[in-house]
Amino acid sequence: MRMGTPDRPEDIVVDQSMESTLDSVDAAEVRVTEAASAMGFPEEEIFRFGYAVREAMVNAVVHGNRYSSNKRVRFVVARKRGAIEVAITDEGDGFRLDEQSDPLAEENLLNQSGRGLTLIRAFTDEFEVGPAPSKGTLARLVKRLPPLDPSAASAPEAANS
Amino acid sequence: MSVKMSSRQIGDVTVIDAAGRITLGEGSTAFREAVKDLVAKGQKKILLNLAEISYIDSSGIGEMVSGFTSVSNAGGQLKLLNLTKRVQDLLQITKLYTVFEVFDDEAVALSSFQD
Repeated sequence: MRMGTPDRPEDIVVDQSMESTLDSVDAAEVRVTEAASAMGFPEEEIFRFGYAVREAMVNAVVHGNRYSSNKRVRFVVARKRGAIEVAITDEGDGFRLDEQSDPLAEENLLNQSGRGLTLIRAFTDEFEVGPAPSKGTLARLVKRLPPLDPSAASAPEAANS
Repeated sequence: MSVKMSSRQIGDVTVIDAAGRITLGEGSTAFREAVKDLVAKGQKKILLNLAEISYIDSSGIGEMVSGFTSVSNAGGQLKLLNLTKRVQDLLQITKLYTVFEVFDDEAVALSSFQD
């Protein structure tokens, strides 16, 4: 999958331009958990993906747009085949992944901040962050639906045998 | 719901019972102020009961680490009690299990504080 917003309009569940506020962070978390729930994700996976999206929204609102009332966050949720994809684009000055310190290094464990990206990676199946096509930063997060329970899938065969 | 906090004094240990969500904004600020007040009052033994905490974002985790550091720098100890499975997972992912002392029994936690 390439970086960017979803390809087919019918896949898009949410496409919203949001203010750079913590209320937008809350709203994004609610919207994505609703979408994941409607797709049939298990409760724990909904929690994890919602958590990752919340962290990415905080990055856009706080670190990207710096709460500016003149800057917006574009929040897109799309349903893909067997997966949910979120794209979050801010209008900030951009940031460099290679300039972030490793929060898991012994010397950084007591740092107050810097854990968001680690948690996003832990709670998604795919995560990319980089310059957006126009300006700002684009974060793309994907969570795949877990495979169906094998015992449930084999039940009809067992019944036929 | 944002975070709600109350404190109990058991011997020389202050137990903070926290409930709700510790997230960037109101929740993390309330948590920071609570720990700051205790340190300012000279409380050096703090047990943070997270049994009713349903959610901590990375900002809230940062405030816990900051609280741990400020209490330690004042010569005290901040320990954690009753983590939910989700909070346990967050501490595992961020390797903070190696930083915090974590208990699931209040009596054991209370007796672990040293003079």
